[in-house]
Amino acid sequence: MSLAADNGRSLRLTALTKEFATFTAVRSLDLEVPAGTFFALLGPSGCGKTTTLRMVAGLEVPTSGTIHLGDDEITYEKPYRRPVNTVFQNYALFPHLDIHENVAFGLRRRKVKDVDQQVKEMLALVELESQAKKKPPQMSGGQQQRVALARALINRPEVLLLDEPLGALDLKLRRSMQIELKRIQTEVGLTFVHVTHDQEEAMTMADTIAVMNGGVIEQMGSPAELYENPRTTFVANFLGQSNLIPGSVTSAEGDVVRVDMHGTQVSIPADRAHTRSGDGWVGIRPEKVLIAPAGEPIDAPGNHMTGGVITDVSFVGVSTQYLVMMPWGQELMAFEQNTGRRAVLDKGTKVDVSWRPEFAFLLPASQDVNAGVLEEV
Amino acid sequence: MRRGRFTGYWLMLPAGLWLALFFVIPFYSLLATSLFDPKGSVLTGYDVDYRFANFVDALDQFWEPLFRSLWYAGVATAICLVLGYVLAYAIAFKAGRWRTLLLVLVIAPFFTSFLVRTLSWKLILADDGFVVDTLQFLQLLGDDGRLLATPVAVIAGLVYNFLPFMVLPLYASLEKIDARLVEAASDLYASPSRGFLKVTLPLSKPGVVAGTLLTFIPAAGDYINAALLGSPNQRMVGNVIQNLFTSTGDYATAGALSVILMAIIVAMVMVYIRTAGTEELV
Repeated sequence: MSLAADNGRSLRLTALTKEFATFTAVRSLDLEVPAGTFFALLGPSGCGKTTTLRMVAGLEVPTSGTIHLGDDEITYEKPYRRPVNTVFQNYALFPHLDIHENVAFGLRRRKVKDVDQQVKEMLALVELESQAKKKPPQMSGGQQQRVALARALINRPEVLLLDEPLGALDLKLRRSMQIELKRIQTEVGLTFVHVTHDQEEAMTMADTIAVMNGGVIEQMGSPAELYENPRTTFVANFLGQSNLIPGSVTSAEGDVVRVDMHGTQVSIPADRAHTRSGDGWVGIRPEKVLIAPAGEPIDAPGNHMTGGVITDVSFVGVSTQYLVMMPWGQELMAFEQNTGRRAVLDKGTKVDVSWRPEFAFLLPASQDVNAGVLEEV
Repeated sequence: MRRGRFTGYWLMLPAGLWLALFFVIPFYSLLATSLFDPKGSVLTGYDVDYRFANFVDALDQFWEPLFRSLWYAGVATAICLVLGYVLAYAIAFKAGRWRTLLLVLVIAPFFTSFLVRTLSWKLILADDGFVVDTLQFLQLLGDDGRLLATPVAVIAGLVYNFLPFMVLPLYASLEKIDARLVEAASDLYASPSRGFLKVTLPLSKPGVVAGTLLTFIPAAGDYINAALLGSPNQRMVGNVIQNLFTSTGDYATAGALSVILMAIIVAMVMVYIRTAGTEELV
């Protein structure tokens, strides 16, 4: 079942800004979402992602800037005249209508023919055919979520907006709905714009992620691109975890930037070095950090450091997570797969640390090292 | 703790006593009165002789004010519904920080007596008052036209006096509506007017039902408005009952008329609630 319009059009936001009385929610945002892609706006609460979504839906009027669908400007179009539908946070299903009528709502307003047949097909897609006569309050959270999706999808919008659609579900259900949503998106071929604060959710589903912070986009790209080569400390910390070690650039020639890191020389590929002079943060993901008892060989030539001591060991099943105190007084995270090749190291063991240069990245020292670090809950 | 066989009945006792004291006993007394022998009087005393013909006599003599009461109350309720809905909607969705103040203003008339407020309407609608003058100036009322002692005055009084009973339940149910539902309707191609008809209005139905009942029932039995603002031509059933009880001393007919009014209202309310079907909501 393909719902995509034959001439899928891309969504384009240009210098989009929204100011409220006391603060600016979105600052001069530029964004292009190609037709048929699954796009995620990822950021912490208050970063402006929901406001951006509401402006695309027409529920919020931008202070300045434009919104285009293909060549048509829709910046000030009324919400009920836009070929855009929304799956609301907490679903906003109509409590006085049964499931069938909830799903039929958009078609009936547009006086489409053959509504009942289409509703049946749509309910089949989300596997709720047998529930058509129930009212929303009689359904579980996961079912309501699927009704909300069906109610929006049946209108064949050019862009489907999803505002934290899985936020109210428990963890297990959320994981299975993520796979389900991605399946449906691939099946119907529509453009999905998905707002979430859950980085794992964004990475699981999206083709492209834009990480938002403080009303602006910090970085945009495929999940792998963002994860492997973050451009800002915020992205490095918000998307997964990072070790950020202070250092200063000693040379930048050709493809390699060399950094002095507390007396150790490390090299970083030029396309991963987001500053080429002065001080910076050397970044390395914990699972890329290898450790071995002092003096034993580590199979990762390149950046090699000695003098670490294990200060904490947590066994989490698939991996063991170590904290290693380095001679310069910083604890580094190192995640080791439990392949069984080596016994779990004990707390207090002296270790050497190393990583392959092509996994490291370099960020300007002017950025806040703690930006995007999740608060302990 | 072990529950005795009679615990449930004991728990029902306060409500049972309340009902007995304030409903069953007065209602029994009224029913008995309606079956008195009409030949009795306050001086000679009354006999209950199960004279069901009292009902026939009462209807025969007073069907006109009875019908007029239902008609006036219906018109007043309809006007209250329109005015009250607009007001409640504005307070619930548009008033912002003025919301509390406006709600207080809706209730404010209750700080003065019902009678005093109705008397002041006599001044407002007086023959040389500004309302009549303005209407005459606009040629909406003839030079010798008047408002007092017309159905307009009585219905205006009813609307004024019962409007808060319409506004408050309407406000309570409108205020509960999740604004996101209205946004969802707009997202799903409903213009503001369609969104109102398909989402806001149906969701406010419990308020509409409660408000119309709270307005219609007391309005149908009201006699102050007709007495102060109307003339004998606008006599409502409440006036008739009051007159029979207090002046004529015809307790039997007065009682029969009261029971008839009560029965009609109960029947109408039951049909109304059955058709409006509020139990599915909330």
